[in-house]
Amino acid sequence: MQKIVLLGDEAIAQGAIDAGVSAVYAYPGTPSTEITEYVMRSKEHKNGDVVATWTSNEKTAFEASIGVSYAGKRTMVCMKHVGMNVAADAFMNSPITGVNGGLVVVSADDPSMHSSQNEQDSRYYGKFAQIPVLEPVNQQQAYDMMAYAFDMSERLNVPVLMRITTRLAHSRADVHTGAKRAQNEMKLPKDPRQFVLLPGIARKQYKMLLDDMPKQLKESEQAGFNRYLDGEDKSLGILTTGIAYNYLMENFPDGIKHPVLSIAQYPLPLDMLRKLYDECDSILVAEEGYPIVEEQLRGALDNGKKIMGRLDGTLPRDGELNPNLLALALHLSVPEVNDVPKVVTQRPPALCAGCPHTDSYTALNMVMEEYGSGRVFSDIGCYTLAALEPLQSINSCVDMGASITMARGAADAGIVPAVAVIGDSTFTHSGMTGLLDAVNAKAPITVLILDNGTTGMTGGQHSQATGKIEQICKGLGVEEEHIKIINPIKKYHMENVKVIQDELHYNGVSVVIPRRECVITLTARLRANKAKKQK
Amino acid sequence: MRKDIILGGVGGQGILTIAATIGTAAVDSGLFLKQSEVHGMSQRGGDVMSNLRLSSNEIFSDLIPEGKADLIIGVEPMEALRHLNMLKKDGWLITNKKPFINIPKYPDVDSLLLAVEDLNHHVSLDADRIAKELGTLKVANMVMLGAAIPFVGLDFSAYENALNIIFGKKGQEIIALNIEALKAGIKEAEKFL
Repeated sequence: MQKIVLLGDEAIAQGAIDAGVSAVYAYPGTPSTEITEYVMRSKEHKNGDVVATWTSNEKTAFEASIGVSYAGKRTMVCMKHVGMNVAADAFMNSPITGVNGGLVVVSADDPSMHSSQNEQDSRYYGKFAQIPVLEPVNQQQAYDMMAYAFDMSERLNVPVLMRITTRLAHSRADVHTGAKRAQNEMKLPKDPRQFVLLPGIARKQYKMLLDDMPKQLKESEQAGFNRYLDGEDKSLGILTTGIAYNYLMENFPDGIKHPVLSIAQYPLPLDMLRKLYDECDSILVAEEGYPIVEEQLRGALDNGKKIMGRLDGTLPRDGELNPNLLALALHLSVPEVNDVPKVVTQRPPALCAGCPHTDSYTALNMVMEEYGSGRVFSDIGCYTLAALEPLQSINSCVDMGASITMARGAADAGIVPAVAVIGDSTFTHSGMTGLLDAVNAKAPITVLILDNGTTGMTGGQHSQATGKIEQICKGLGVEEEHIKIINPIKKYHMENVKVIQDELHYNGVSVVIPRRECVITLTARLRANKAKKQK
Repeated sequence: MRKDIILGGVGGQGILTIAATIGTAAVDSGLFLKQSEVHGMSQRGGDVMSNLRLSSNEIFSDLIPEGKADLIIGVEPMEALRHLNMLKKDGWLITNKKPFINIPKYPDVDSLLLAVEDLNHHVSLDADRIAKELGTLKVANMVMLGAAIPFVGLDFSAYENALNIIFGKKGQEIIALNIEALKAGIKEAEKFL
């Protein structure tokens, strides 16, 4: 046993390694990125024992994991919450195929949208797919749950979803690690048709999944992660999910007199839930996320006991919880707070000094003066910051890849020409299929693929697009003479303007690739080279 | 023993090195630790903060409750003041006077420093100047950490050990320079006590 200080993300990674995981797949996304990065830094990965790799997107990551599971080995697939939408096709079918080796999917949710487009709650996905969900209360439990998660996956023949949120993902605490166990040996599924979801097979296996629901419930009631902490004052019972328990207990350093049900595993443990409901006069539900448990407890008619939570305004309907929100919900006093001096102004994030995107957008802005504003569709990455001052170049950011497809739709509706701006990694994540649509439709759009050679926003992970963009575009049918590479740097500004201008005049799909390395990865690379030379 | 510390700065300024040093020193001293960080979009030059909690008892929340922080350490004056709502009534605000200006509408620096001086419990110093005098701007963060040391309540040797762990690969010279920076910071803070 060893004590190490780990981020919640890293505790999950170390837990998976110690639980005998064989392969980890992921697409980077805040706040999940550090799980896979930690595995990549591990000696188990470096000596070739554990596969850890970035994939084109969350769906390809998930499917690779199903392949590992098929081969009988344990596998983990990691993503941010919105990545679940991309992986959903594979995810929703994987409970029907079942597993051979244990499969754990980690989804890191981002309530309060620190670095996201929405705050969707992945526990819905667990319920949707009808699989067990784990929601650790702290870093230690995140570590401890991993071996259990793989075991339960193999025992119940289903993937297991672990759902965490930003504050656990990105907070460090000391974690006691345990012994490391061996990986599974490769073995084919006993039933050669287990992974063949033809209707006849799927119907049979879906029934098996449904028949196993009582087993999932039993796990929740007996694994020990859900805890019922009795208290003498039954005028109020408190139900917390995940890290909301910590925000509650922060207010009660000497212990709490009310019964508390701390949920860390789903399906909901009905025995404990029933006890809380039957014994207490009223119930406060504190969930870090959507009011899922609260809604179930109220029922459609909400005609039972008095229940408080996010739905009646006792807690805010959106955003993260914190200790003071729990204090206010319980009518405890919170400290009088200092005013922040008025002189303090906002400091929004911005593109780095020397960022190639700035030069790409400066050129694009000049070209767009001719057409007026409102026709540049963009995507998800550092370059989304161009929506803000001073550049104010773009008019959309919806989901991965939507720049190209939205530009095509807008062009169909009469916005001609329309422009799409997408990053290299986002392009191979979900932009390629949309480009094929546009080519087939001969849509009058110009696509700028900003190629900085990395997945920048999440800290510079390897981009699957590197070195392949022109060939991909050509392969998808973009005409060779309308694939242009430019160097986004000040001294070529006027030449770059001319290239973009010419392509906008072309009545079909054209692609301009501004190519220059991300300044952050460039600086890191130069520094590493210098250090190497000094040695 | 219990200390709740807010660290404020701008993405890329390196507040996580300060957090890591205090964190390592705390764990080395046998304390419980929770330290939340900001990753993702804000790291691109936006305002970032870290919650650092040390205690001899188990710590529940990863976040410090509003109005309950013992200490704010700002590596830049506006980012120190931004989190004033987090500070408890008799808490200390420790800040670098040198502004980090990466936005067009950065406020008047004198007004910011006046707001700092309005506080009964404050320490303000030009960590950049002190760091340059020590030979490199790179140690400005360690000067700031030094200025906070009298308020954190860990033994100085715990910080020395922490720097040995964190900068171990970079050699004794770098470690010694960082320790010197800590001492320079402590000296500045003592002027306010």
